[in-house]
Amino acid sequence: MSIRVGESAQAATFPKAAKKLLQNTQLRRNVRRATDTIRGKRAKVVDEMPDWQALRTAAQQIKKRTLRNLDSYLVQFEKACAEAGGKVHWARDADEANAIVVGIIQSHNQKEVIKVKTMTSDETRLNHALEAAGISPYETDLADLIIQLGNDKPSHIVVPALHKNKSEIRQIFMEQMGLKELGHAPEDLAGAARNFLRERFLRVKVGFSGANFAVAETGSVCVVESEGNGRMCVTLPDVLITMFGVEKIVPTFDDLEVFLQLLPRSATGERMNPYNSIWTGVTPGDGPKEFHVILLDNGRTKVLADEESRETLHCIRCAACLNACPVYRQTGGHAYGSIYSGPIGAILTPQLQGMQHSTTLPYASSLCGACYEVCPVKINIPEILIHLRRKIVESGGAALTERMGMAVAGYTLADSGRLGTAQKLVQLGRQPLDAIGLPGWSAARDLPEIPKQTFREWWKSSRGGK
Amino acid sequence: MSTAREEILQRVRTAIGTQAPEEPVQREYRQAGTLSEEAKIDLFIDRLHDYNAEVYRCAAGEEAVTIAEALTARGKKRILIPPGFPAALLPTGPDFVRDTALDYRDIDATEGALTCATAAIAMTGSLILTHSATEGRRALTLIPDYHLCVVYTNQLFETVPEGLRALGGRRTSPVTTIAGPSATADIEMTRVKGVHGPRVLDVIVVAAG
Ligand code: SF4
Repeated sequence: MSIRVGESAQAATFPKAAKKLLQNTQLRRNVRRATDTIRGKRAKVVDEMPDWQALRTAAQQIKKRTLRNLDSYLVQFEKACAEAGGKVHWARDADEANAIVVGIIQSHNQKEVIKVKTMTSDETRLNHALEAAGISPYETDLADLIIQLGNDKPSHIVVPALHKNKSEIRQIFMEQMGLKELGHAPEDLAGAARNFLRERFLRVKVGFSGANFAVAETGSVCVVESEGNGRMCVTLPDVLITMFGVEKIVPTFDDLEVFLQLLPRSATGERMNPYNSIWTGVTPGDGPKEFHVILLDNGRTKVLADEESRETLHCIRCAACLNACPVYRQTGGHAYGSIYSGPIGAILTPQLQGMQHSTTLPYASSLCGACYEVCPVKINIPEILIHLRRKIVESGGAALTERMGMAVAGYTLADSGRLGTAQKLVQLGRQPLDAIGLPGWSAARDLPEIPKQTFREWWKSSRGGK
Repeated sequence: MSTAREEILQRVRTAIGTQAPEEPVQREYRQAGTLSEEAKIDLFIDRLHDYNAEVYRCAAGEEAVTIAEALTARGKKRILIPPGFPAALLPTGPDFVRDTALDYRDIDATEGALTCATAAIAMTGSLILTHSATEGRRALTLIPDYHLCVVYTNQLFETVPEGLRALGGRRTSPVTTIAGPSATADIEMTRVKGVHGPRVLDVIVVAAG
């Protein structure tokens, strides 16, 4: 089996990667600035919703219901989609999914595909497989374009190029698009992307997308976006391939009314994102003539099997937990060694990829609970982190000193004041921070006492009921 | 060897165990609006302004003059219309081209598109298109740089649930919801107007007679 989450199996451990990234002050400044902006916007549009908590509860219950009956909803979706003219494929793992995509494109003798941001394709490393088969994938999301042209890695699940500022993006565009002149305003950069991609949108015969939601009742698929590149990819090509994880199903069309309120406010702090595309199979005279859906497992059924962490699969990839996380805000997304970064990455990557590959990720947290508070589908990330830590310990995955060190690192990273203190106290006892490869942070005196309450107890007594 | 389909379904069944009774879903969120008709329209217009859309209001019967006004303000002379766009709403003056299976490159060469909508949502400033004969296929309101949309006040709903439920049987047609012109937040998390979709959106709100 080849379950794969991008390159996470080969990535450096979190503490090692974090150490390197903390030295990059420009990156930290960019991440801090962008997350500050988005947090402010989110808070404003969430506060104006008197029924926000009721929406979260409904979303959580819909997701629970979906997972509890996932087999029948998948079959129902397959039937409805096929009746509307779609063709449904199933992929057990990354290689199987990639082979299906390559096969479809080759059967049409095509050499190019336009893509709208799809995390599952980053998971399976689809672009790599396409290139190996002589097919050129073109990313069309502005941030993905920045990453692709800059030969970079995504650092955020909604805004993958969040670690780049305006002038860095301008530099990449000028070099890679061969532009002699380009203005400095964000509008100029957006305009450059428009010109660069327009010809491809009109020319390329195959489109590829993910899905934010797929409706079992009607066989409909929904893509949420801002720029219009998603609409281009799902509308203009003759052949459309849409791939998503099996957990993306919602039972009924009406369920969309819940998620289409929660997602934009949580993700970009907007009351509504500019565009949502919802389509059902094939419509003669409008859009692609051929529509393929790939239902991807790639480790998801393993997550489903663990009742204590199953709700990880509720995630709608809004990234609110990243923006709220004090550790993410210090390190940025690359430290997580996975396309899924931040708190959701810390629980999702190890479960999909296998705990043995990411024994440090569940420690990349101070368990402050901010992620749970902002999560629109109420995933209790701190509880799942503790559950995963327990699993790592039980499997003998990390030595005691290592675990202590990592827990301290999480605590230290979560606060820039503590981080500063730690960095100054170089002379003091080097254990156990050295154990995690962060010499110079040694601050034995500054170490937190092992809490007398467990996190769970503390949670229940303080904020848990909220 | 079992197929991927059988194996994944088997894995799911093993993972969830015997089927539990349906998990309940409490829908205690707001499903119906509370605003007066006028307040609802004001909210919609306010939201559209938030997105930098230009908004015109007119009475039923004044659509043609208002369309002419909007197109003149933008300096548009040649505009695409869907095959079923009502001829009675068209002013004389501008050149209207009906979309009858035009090539995408021809659409790309036009100045903009004029369409109706299926529904609209005040709270979010959304237009909902189901791409009927008066709204056109999806490419029509996607490729050109300008979109002028005519929406009637009896198509306007206050909340997202009301707006989506109003689609009824048309929900399995292609559906596009539009909230302002194309935009991105990818550069330093600031909403920048205008990437691949129409960079300019104008809306005419017609008081339903
Ligand atoms: S875990 Fe929750 S907050 Fe984090 S990305 Fe997923 S849905 Fe958003």
